[in-house]
Amino acid sequence: MFQFIFKKLLLVVPTFIGITLLTFTLIRMIPGDPIEIMAGERGVSPERHAQLRSELGLDQPILVQYFDYVQGIFQGDLGVSLITKTPVIEEFLSLFPATVELAFCAAMFAIIIGLPAGIIAAVKRGSVFDHSVMTISLTGYSMPIFWWALLLMLVFSVNLDLTPVSGRMDVTYWIDEVTGFMLIDTLLSGEEGAFKSAVHHLVLPSIVLGTIPMAVIARMTRSSMLEVLGEDYIRTARSKGMVPMRVIVVHALRNALIPVITVIGLQVGILLSGAILTETIFAWPGIGKWLIESIGRRDYPVVQGGILIVATMIIMVNLFVDIMYGVVNPRIRHAH
Amino acid sequence: MKKGIAKLTLALAATAVAASVQAQTFVFCSEGSPEGFNPSLYTAGTTFDASSKTIFNRLVEFEVGTTTVVPGLAESWSVSDDGLEYTFNLRKGVKFHAQKKGFAPSRDFNADDVLFTFQRQDDPEHPYHKVSGGSYEYYSGMGMPELVTEVVKVDDYTVKFVLSKPESPFIANMAMDFASIFSAEQADAMLAAGTPEQLDLNPVGTGPFQMVQYKKDSLIRYLGNQDYWQGAPAIEKLVFSITPDASVRYAKLKKGECHVMPYPNPADIEQMKADEDINLLSQEGLNVGYLAFNTQKAPFDNVKVRQALNYAVNKQAILDAVFQGSGKAAKNPIPPTMWSYNEAVQDYPYDLEKAKALLAEAGVTDLKTNIWAMPVQRPYNPNARRMAEIIQADWAKIGVEAEVVSYEWGEYLKRSKEGEHDTVLLGWTGDNGDPDNFLSVLLSCDAVGGGNRAMWCDEEFDKIIMKAKQLTNIEERTKLYEEAQVVFKAKAPWATIAHSVTYKPLRKEVQGFKIDPLGGHHFYGVSLK
Amino acid sequence: MSQATTVSGPKVQTPFQEFWGYFSQNSGAVAGLFFIILMVIVALFANFLAPHSPIEQYRDALLVPPVWVEGGSWTYILGTDDIGRDILSRLMHGARLSLFIGTLVVTLSLGLGIILGLVAGYFRGTIEVVIMRGVDIMLAMPSLLLAIAIVAILGPSLMNAAMAIAIVSLPHYVRLARASTISEANKDYVIASRVAGAGSLRLMFKTILPNCLAPLIVQATLGFSNAILDMAALGFLGLGAQPPTPEWGSMLADALQFVQRAWWVVTFPGLVILLTVLAFNLMGDGLRDALDPKLKQ
Repeated sequence: MFQFIFKKLLLVVPTFIGITLLTFTLIRMIPGDPIEIMAGERGVSPERHAQLRSELGLDQPILVQYFDYVQGIFQGDLGVSLITKTPVIEEFLSLFPATVELAFCAAMFAIIIGLPAGIIAAVKRGSVFDHSVMTISLTGYSMPIFWWALLLMLVFSVNLDLTPVSGRMDVTYWIDEVTGFMLIDTLLSGEEGAFKSAVHHLVLPSIVLGTIPMAVIARMTRSSMLEVLGEDYIRTARSKGMVPMRVIVVHALRNALIPVITVIGLQVGILLSGAILTETIFAWPGIGKWLIESIGRRDYPVVQGGILIVATMIIMVNLFVDIMYGVVNPRIRHAH
Repeated sequence: MKKGIAKLTLALAATAVAASVQAQTFVFCSEGSPEGFNPSLYTAGTTFDASSKTIFNRLVEFEVGTTTVVPGLAESWSVSDDGLEYTFNLRKGVKFHAQKKGFAPSRDFNADDVLFTFQRQDDPEHPYHKVSGGSYEYYSGMGMPELVTEVVKVDDYTVKFVLSKPESPFIANMAMDFASIFSAEQADAMLAAGTPEQLDLNPVGTGPFQMVQYKKDSLIRYLGNQDYWQGAPAIEKLVFSITPDASVRYAKLKKGECHVMPYPNPADIEQMKADEDINLLSQEGLNVGYLAFNTQKAPFDNVKVRQALNYAVNKQAILDAVFQGSGKAAKNPIPPTMWSYNEAVQDYPYDLEKAKALLAEAGVTDLKTNIWAMPVQRPYNPNARRMAEIIQADWAKIGVEAEVVSYEWGEYLKRSKEGEHDTVLLGWTGDNGDPDNFLSVLLSCDAVGGGNRAMWCDEEFDKIIMKAKQLTNIEERTKLYEEAQVVFKAKAPWATIAHSVTYKPLRKEVQGFKIDPLGGHHFYGVSLK
Repeated sequence: MSQATTVSGPKVQTPFQEFWGYFSQNSGAVAGLFFIILMVIVALFANFLAPHSPIEQYRDALLVPPVWVEGGSWTYILGTDDIGRDILSRLMHGARLSLFIGTLVVTLSLGLGIILGLVAGYFRGTIEVVIMRGVDIMLAMPSLLLAIAIVAILGPSLMNAAMAIAIVSLPHYVRLARASTISEANKDYVIASRVAGAGSLRLMFKTILPNCLAPLIVQATLGFSNAILDMAALGFLGLGAQPPTPEWGSMLADALQFVQRAWWVVTFPGLVILLTVLAFNLMGDGLRDALDPKLKQ
């Protein structure tokens, strides 16, 4: 068992090195440099340009820059943003709670709707309900997410006036920031209205972001349930005269959930890496938007550091899912 | 189910009411996160709004709503006869903000603060010079390091600037954002604590608002400065709610989630005018949007070709579609609100026949070219891709085939500076209301390879503006600039497109808000009904 | 012989007949197929079918609403955009681009993915480790970010966007091809032909590949829908097609500021994207059911 985990962990090392190399090279291959962008229409003289380059350390040989970067990583230092001069890790920590909060709510939305829908669809295979679930989930799966966000915003915020347009909370509430998670901070503050406002602001972005995971989960649950329901032991249980409900809950569901959990895990990994489009449209101050903007501004340290953190998270989630899968399903463990 | 929804709606309505009770909070839906809170390090208006306009004061200031210079932290000033010495008499009893956690000032504002502010930017050996990247774009961009030889503390409330040459716009420069006065005491305290960069992230100033919280990409919170030397502001709590998308800002304004928004979509102006809850202020902007021909590349080195293409641009179509009526056709390179604007200049009308004739005269057939369209939105060009498409379609009618090209912003600026384009869309917003700030920055021979995107070096034109620069008499300068505009129009290095009209939508309950011709947003003197 | 067929019970089906038998049972898949055929026809004959040129600007008809809305007219059935171009015509010509891009992306990533996957699965060893580590690295990066970075490097254009999407969708094909290759490589028929003296290339492409094709075909169909979605997302972020190309995603992005005034400029491009992607997904589902031997009991 430990050998299995150890092996998996070992495989992560080259991936990790590859990621540092890839992000470092990619961002530098993008034409245009941060200084020109900072200067804008006003422009900057060639002398000043050279001076700034050396101040920002961009005149160093590329290898030196890379080793500085890697050395920094080992010391837990991801560098300082070229634009804001704030440490990358600090910026990340100030934005990450917003992403986590949104990802959590979106995942909840997806699971609460997707899981039961998938189970019922499988049990009532071929029914109208089954067909509607399949159609809706496939539609959700095919949704251009930015368009969906706009549509919902137009209908619910602008026309029906049911939800706020964007942001995380009504800004007229002055809440001390403790954790960075608005739901928790507003509760701590004791202001009921603030908490309501925070929940209120989460509704639309969560639905938008949760749409695709919901579709994936519903489909996966259904097909996994169908597979399990078709297996011999279930048929045996049924023929023994067990009530269907019991069969479903005790036997089928437990076995069917293994692949579903994997899917949920992978989806959460994707959600945590920052929902670029959703965050952009809802002005959600998360890391997806932060990374996109940093690419636009050629803020090298932010792009390098930010993508590294995000990639690490994805790797960790995948690793965790892999290991869990191995734990639950011994066949996989031994196959390695 | 229906009941449930009804209940939900009620609950939501209740929270909305609860929120609007706390009406003392003023919300400004700003368009982006500031780069930082030290205005001398940056050049973006977004940063100035969040720092110099709220937190800080300068020795002298622009009166809000005008470009007139009025006393600020200096009660008065005098200039020596040779124009080389500027003496400022400082205001007494001005208090810096006291931070709840962190720095609390022990003394009032005095000459040391002025010295610190300027020496930091001027002296490479200054302990703060290299802090936070140490690039003082405006200070060096305005040529201040060469101009200022010395800043002298005469006594605690008198400061003298010694210049290397007479420079009449010096006083106006002192009113610009980069000259915002920092607290020398805070600087010393932060340096002693080993965290000098905190001075730029969390500074105290003497301004009408004190910054208390900043959440990147989310909001900035300010408290009204109760000890402000001009009297406490009417707004007790000020919030910048950072909302990058213009249509989202508008939606928030409509719902009362904010009180003022900058940079509305031209497309939304009509609706805003009709909206009962919204006041729409407008002012002609101090800017110009243009299409520059690369005059060093054939066939654009031929003035006839440039004129022909000028004739073939349908400005009305651009104003209708791109500016949606929020623009004014441009005929001169400087905006009409600026002194010396030449009304007499005749623009090239939209005339395809004339365009074709001129092209034929120039012997140019089957011209294949490109139009560079900027990837960012600016007041002088709200949608460059659309603008390019319109010009493209019009030029096609005279047999000129143009490809629309776009690069990422930094790349766009760099490549166009180097003259890789055939024609390029760009624009300019003035800093200080002087025509020289447009004409020599954008069209002089010196600016080729820099701000002069037309790569246009015309001896006649250059001579006129260089002469005007050295004069101090406004009437004489006006005459020269008027002449320069005539030369410019005849030689057509650009197709001048439009000057934007700046719109500021604000909610009806907002009182006392003024549009700043220099593009800033000021909240002192603003109140809620 | 002919007598024998009349006597025996079930007809012998060609593989295609068998496949079609399964496929046609799935009404969703058939609907998807028909929609796609329709789109292909529209794309091929857009020049004849579209009522207007997609880039002609009718300056006296800015933001005309669709025909069934007050103020609309039959001249512009789905209305016009902010510089007076007919939306229906743009959508029709856009179909051409989207289908072309989809095909290009799928061909590129499928081709390259098969080669890399086959090589990894057939040779194993170091080369497999290198390829699969590469795949892992790409999978660990948020794919949209990666695509954005690639487009930024190559410069924004339709072709470069397609290239970027092809690269980021590569890992799925490689993984799939490798897994199938490994499971096939030890089967008797492969060993038999190896013993018979077949070379590596022949074994890989002639013997193994045809037997791995089913899951790859399914993945390719689904890849098509992903390509269209990603293309639209890049177009939406302003990194796709350059004006005046009527690409669906960039149509949406350019019209964004009119969203509160003229819903049609945003609604129709989005709807067309949704329907096309849905059609490919429906068809992909049907293909999987029809080709997956596990379900053919």
